[in-house]
Amino acid sequence: MRYVVANDSRSAVALLGEGGDCRVLAGGTDLLVQMKLNGAAPDVVVDIKNIPGISSVNEENGGFRIGAAVSGAIMGEHAALKSMWPGVVEAVELIGSTQVQGRATMAGNLCNGSPAADSVPAQLAAQAVARIEGPQGQRDLPVSALLKAPGQTNLGKAEFISSIFLPARAARSGDAYLRFIPRTEMDIAVVGASVSLSLDESGVVIDAHVALGAVAPTALLVPDAAASLIGTKLDEAALAACAAACSAVCSPIDDRRGTIEFRTKVAGVMATRAAKIAYTRAGGTL
Amino acid sequence: MSKIHVSTQVNGDAVEFLCDPEETLLDVLRDRLNLTGVKEGCGTGDCGACSVTLDGRLVCSCLVLGAEVEGSAVETVEGVATEDALHPIQRHLLEKAALQCGICTPGIIVAAKALLAQNSAPTEKEVRYWLAGNLCRCTGYDKIIRAVLSAAAEMRGESV
Repeated sequence: MRYVVANDSRSAVALLGEGGDCRVLAGGTDLLVQMKLNGAAPDVVVDIKNIPGISSVNEENGGFRIGAAVSGAIMGEHAALKSMWPGVVEAVELIGSTQVQGRATMAGNLCNGSPAADSVPAQLAAQAVARIEGPQGQRDLPVSALLKAPGQTNLGKAEFISSIFLPARAARSGDAYLRFIPRTEMDIAVVGASVSLSLDESGVVIDAHVALGAVAPTALLVPDAAASLIGTKLDEAALAACAAACSAVCSPIDDRRGTIEFRTKVAGVMATRAAKIAYTRAGGTL
Repeated sequence: MSKIHVSTQVNGDAVEFLCDPEETLLDVLRDRLNLTGVKEGCGTGDCGACSVTLDGRLVCSCLVLGAEVEGSAVETVEGVATEDALHPIQRHLLEKAALQCGICTPGIIVAAKALLAQNSAPTEKEVRYWLAGNLCRCTGYDKIIRAVLSAAAEMRGESV
């Protein structure tokens, strides 16, 4: 194995295009585990942490651009980011232990391709956009377009994510992420749900995005669930319709941590609870 | 395979070492720098026995490559006590019998010290969540949590 520090995106792309098994190293909390446990034996590991700007959170067009090497701990300490996108930050902060938070990144959580990744439903509900560097230069792609299958993304050959953009928020907006796990900390989501809402001055939902994790081969947006919330103040009928729409799109695995029936039902429960938190954070009164 | 030359700082001292590209910081600390206070438990970031700080940030040294610490500052359990006195966290762990086999203890000391550096008065809940990534199979955790809380109180100048 070769370990190479890339000092700019262009050289990182060149290294990733050299052929053989090339891996991107940012936080390393998935890559090093794969190398230890799952027999991953990369030919080249490209450390992207030295690329200018990749380790910082920057305001941009009223939103935030989060570099691909920004750790969960840094996101959690960023007051302005947390205030604008509390659901995204709380989702990222649920990944692993304090130690893992010191290294793990939101972009890495996305690229690892786990259907149960905590931050991915939150990124979907936030309409996050990934900035991708590749042989043809730079392109921006919605996070939703990157999800492919367990352990896979739609990133092309020699491409890597350099940052993730969380857009500006309308007034009276809020988001929230909740997951079900059998214990209270350090576990993988059995179900994850994220909701992002915007309200009008009277508290009526005018924009909504609902996303689920761990109930299908990839995290997924649930437009029908979002539609059931729009035009309401989260009355019981709206929440019931949201839950039903969430359960309807579930095609989960069946294991001892959660049966198909359990995950399908709990997806709706988590989504409605997250919707209520997002609504309150947006300034609404339930 | 050519080795990588790394210049870094460990417990305040400038250190240079050669390592293989795939070698973890944990292996470098233990096998090249003889800092065997750092323990290998799982080797996959689940148990926290290999906790160190990297530029002040708590990390699992098994999830960091040795080559990644070029130009950084690493702190291990060996740097916690002074020449003639244990750190209050160490003393309270001893006084409260908060260890048995001791494998998890160095990681817990480093992790607890990192917590108290950023939060001098954590609640019991905050200590429990902070240390959730440090597994201990002997004590049942309660004595560890109480030792950290009383060390924090002493460090704040309160009588304990």
